[in-house]
Amino acid sequence: MSRDNILHRVRTALGRSAGQAVADPPPVRIRIPDVDMEKRISTIFAAIEALAGKTHRAATPADAGGFVAAAIEGKSAVASNAPFLAECGIASLPGVRSGIADREELRGLCAAADVGITSADYALADTGSLVIISSPHEARLVSLLPPAHIAVVPRDRILTGLDELFSILPNPAAVASSMVLITGPSRTADIEQILVRGVHGPGQITVVVVG
Amino acid sequence: MSVEFDRKIHNTLADANLQLAIYTATGRLKDKRIETVAPDALPDYQELRTQANAVKKHTIENLDYYLEEFQRSLEAHGGKVVYAKDGTEVADFVLALAKDRGARLIVKSKSMTTEEVDLNERLEDQGLEAVETDLGEFIVQLARERPYHIVAPALHLTRYDVADLFTKRLNLPRETVIEKQTAIARSVLRQKFLAADIGISGANFLVAGSGAVVLVENEGNIRLTTSAPKIHIAIAGIEKMIPRAQDLAVFLKLLGRSGTGQLLTVYTSFLSGPRRSGETDGPDEFYVVLLDNGRTRLLPDRGKRQSLYCIRCGACLNACPVYRKIGGHSFPWVYSGPIGAIITPQFMGVSHEPGLPFASSLCGACSEVCPVKIDIPKVLLELRSDVTKAEARDQRNRLERLAFRAFAWLMTHPRLYEMAGRMAASVAPPDGSGWIRGVPAPMNIGPLRAWLSQRDLPPAPARSFREMWRRR
Ligand code: SF4
Repeated sequence: MSRDNILHRVRTALGRSAGQAVADPPPVRIRIPDVDMEKRISTIFAAIEALAGKTHRAATPADAGGFVAAAIEGKSAVASNAPFLAECGIASLPGVRSGIADREELRGLCAAADVGITSADYALADTGSLVIISSPHEARLVSLLPPAHIAVVPRDRILTGLDELFSILPNPAAVASSMVLITGPSRTADIEQILVRGVHGPGQITVVVVG
Repeated sequence: MSVEFDRKIHNTLADANLQLAIYTATGRLKDKRIETVAPDALPDYQELRTQANAVKKHTIENLDYYLEEFQRSLEAHGGKVVYAKDGTEVADFVLALAKDRGARLIVKSKSMTTEEVDLNERLEDQGLEAVETDLGEFIVQLARERPYHIVAPALHLTRYDVADLFTKRLNLPRETVIEKQTAIARSVLRQKFLAADIGISGANFLVAGSGAVVLVENEGNIRLTTSAPKIHIAIAGIEKMIPRAQDLAVFLKLLGRSGTGQLLTVYTSFLSGPRRSGETDGPDEFYVVLLDNGRTRLLPDRGKRQSLYCIRCGACLNACPVYRKIGGHSFPWVYSGPIGAIITPQFMGVSHEPGLPFASSLCGACSEVCPVKIDIPKVLLELRSDVTKAEARDQRNRLERLAFRAFAWLMTHPRLYEMAGRMAASVAPPDGSGWIRGVPAPMNIGPLRAWLSQRDLPPAPARSFREMWRRR
């Protein structure tokens, strides 16, 4: 069997024996800077805008709902099942499909929709990233198939960066099959190094911070 | 240096357009990297490199432990681990699974590991359709070529080349506007994603403690490959391992910046096992193929094993004055540039292209930019010495083979043998002085010297055995 052969070759090469313990790996290097919320918000907005993403600050969930309603007017949209979107009144906006739990149905809707609307579990200030963890509330394809993506995030979910994310979630696999970090719109520069947005994923991304 | 290597280099040097394309593309990537790792942009850059190097060193030195931990962790989440020693085993696994599940269409996201084992060809030979979905890889696949650069596979092609390819292979009207070409690829490939039975990806990292595959990209094709089809297979070299998810805080910061000058690539996916109960989408089956394909050959040597720390960022290609002149296709295997120069001879054997470790000025630009601090020039020097030894061994072997062939011929021709024996006896040296020790240079030289300094042939008898037998 290749498994045993390969493990055997590895052990022989390294001079180790089966089941032999290992010394502790180098200590994890996590450094979380101290950044207040207003600074986090200005940093994340600057980072997203630098990637040609759009940003909006809404004072209340209802304001966020109003902003999204205007942004999707005349378009078809799919919203994830995140409770926060319901709280903002987004799930029940005209033209928005939400509450879908069937894989095939969701896929068909996402493939046809103009806009996908999600919340995010976290956002990272220094890189301008959204962190979305798979769950009954967030599916993978809503932020992926439609040509535009709107994410509505309560401000207390904005972390300073990767280090803080991995200190809160030391092992994302314990929680879900998938965690994705989204940093700006989908892009490519594969032909003559010319930047084009929206090659497979959404070419437009809008992040609404609430609060 | 082989004729082939030499010819490819000359062709690249003679092509002015290609020279410009390589120079600009690598120059741009190089400058973007410099901006994002500059001290004011990333003050702890050097510490991050030191940490990344230490983590990789520890992981590679205890690789068996982490491979087993990875398997346990992934199985706990319902994923499966398959080991493959080479390309045939990878293909056999994919083919058997495809057959069993009735799969026909496979979408693939960019993976140097699958290039390494020519997976597409092997699958297509068996009647499966395997489509590359990264824009650059898609173009390169249409051109039936190899990726030109680890992070910019179609670097060598212009929009006009792409227009020709789309017309010829996709039967579409000619289109030379890059935005529109991208839109064409999006819609052609979107259909493939939605219809595909299996998605095959590579892996940037394997997280032992989580049983997770980590993938970075900018286009979204990896997310689609790993989320849309019912089956996801990740194919990864065994060296991709890191111990803990928390190590990603270091590696992800280095990878995006070193590769393309991004703080993070657009998408970073952290995937562990099939979709769980309650999750609306994601694959039903999740496999990770752990590939050896020559990697275990690098492990015994303490100096050279650092070649396995590589996270394939491509920074060393962009920094390398040789890559920037001779380009990616001059290199004899899928990996090009400085990293190609050190891993190709080790994966494939030094005689695959003996000229390769010498195609470097040892200027050190590569190790200066390497985010995991691989001492590439040092490994190159060791490989040069391996090549020299192998060549000497080869030459010795050739002489030896010749000598034995002559001996065999003599032994199978009795008359000649007898004559030769008599001749030898007639010129035998006086007693005790020895056949060879008595002979002055230049006979008594070369690799035989050491051996002969201790030994000599026995003196020739007055009569041969054959003669005595006849006279008996
Ligand atoms: S050797 Fe270092 S610089 Fe080159 S691709 Fe690998 S990690 Fe990047």
